[in-house]
Amino acid sequence: MALDVLIVDDSAAIRKILQRVLRQADIQLGQVHEAADGVEALEKLKTVRVGLMLVDINMPNMDGLQLLTQLKASPELKDVPVVMVTTEGSHSKVMEAVQLGAAGYVRKPFTADQIHETIVRLVV
Amino acid sequence: MIDTDTVAQALRQATAEVFSTMLELEVQAGEPYLQRDVPGMSEGVIALIGMAGTWIGTGSLSMSATLACKLSSRLLLAEFTATGEAISEEVLDAVAELTNMILGNAKNTLEEQLGPMGLSIPTVIYGRNVTTRSVSDAQWVVVPFLCDQERLEVRLCLALSGQPQPVRHGYRPAHCLQF
Repeated sequence: MALDVLIVDDSAAIRKILQRVLRQADIQLGQVHEAADGVEALEKLKTVRVGLMLVDINMPNMDGLQLLTQLKASPELKDVPVVMVTTEGSHSKVMEAVQLGAAGYVRKPFTADQIHETIVRLVV
Repeated sequence: MIDTDTVAQALRQATAEVFSTMLELEVQAGEPYLQRDVPGMSEGVIALIGMAGTWIGTGSLSMSATLACKLSSRLLLAEFTATGEAISEEVLDAVAELTNMILGNAKNTLEEQLGPMGLSIPTVIYGRNVTTRSVSDAQWVVVPFLCDQERLEVRLCLALSGQPQPVRHGYRPAHCLQF
C-alpha cells in the first residue's frame, strides 16, 4: 500500500529537499503533503490521513514537540509514526522527543541515506 | 568567559559539516578573529539567528548574492541567479536554512559548556550597504571561509545574560537580536 507522508517544517527549502529524498527512497510513496508549522499540520490532518510524518522542532506558532504532544493525545493520530528532523541535537532534546512518543530522530544536516534508513525501519 | 577558540572551532566544524553533507562542497576556513562592529557589505545577504539561555546572543551568516545563488542552486538542485535589484524568495529561504543548520549545530557543541540555549527563527536580509552592530560590549567571533573563490563569514556574538533564562520551545528571543 502506498505511503502518504506529511512534512512539517517552516523552511520551504527543507520541505523541497525532503520531498526529493522521499521520492528516491525504496518505498511505495503515495501523496506527500506539507505544512509550515504545527498549527497548519493539525489543520491539514483534519482532511488527510498519512502513514508517516517528518517534523521539525523549531517552528513558529506551534513547535514540533508541542505538535507531537497533540498528535499522541489524539485517538485518530496517535499511531502515526513521527520522525523529528531538526538541528536540535542535545541528548536532553532527543530524550524529550522520545518520551513524547517520537518514532525516530534525524539531525540536520542529513544525508538521503539517513532519512531512507529511518523510514524503511519504521514502515517496511 | 567563553573561550574564543572554542567558539571558532564550533563554527568551523558546523560549517564544514553542513557544506559537506547538504551541498557536497568543501570550504576553506580562514583565521578567526574578534570584531566589535562588523563592517558593512557593499551588497549581499545576511542571515541572523538569535540564541537565548544562560548565555544570549546572535549568530549570522553573510555572503555575496552570487554565492547565495550558487549555494541555493546546489541545495535545491535548481538554477538561481541574482538579477538586477533582487534575489528570489527561494534563495533567501535556502540561506535561512543554511544559517539555521550551521548556527544550530554550533549551538549544540557550545551547549556542553554554556548550558541549554533556545534558537530563534532566522531572519534574512538582502541589500546594499548593510551594517550590523552589537549594542552590548560583547564582540563577534568571526570565522571567514572561502567557497568556490567566494567569501562567506560565519559570526557569533554571545554574552552572559543578567539572569538565568528559562528556555521555552519555539522561543523567539527577539530582544536578543542586536543591530
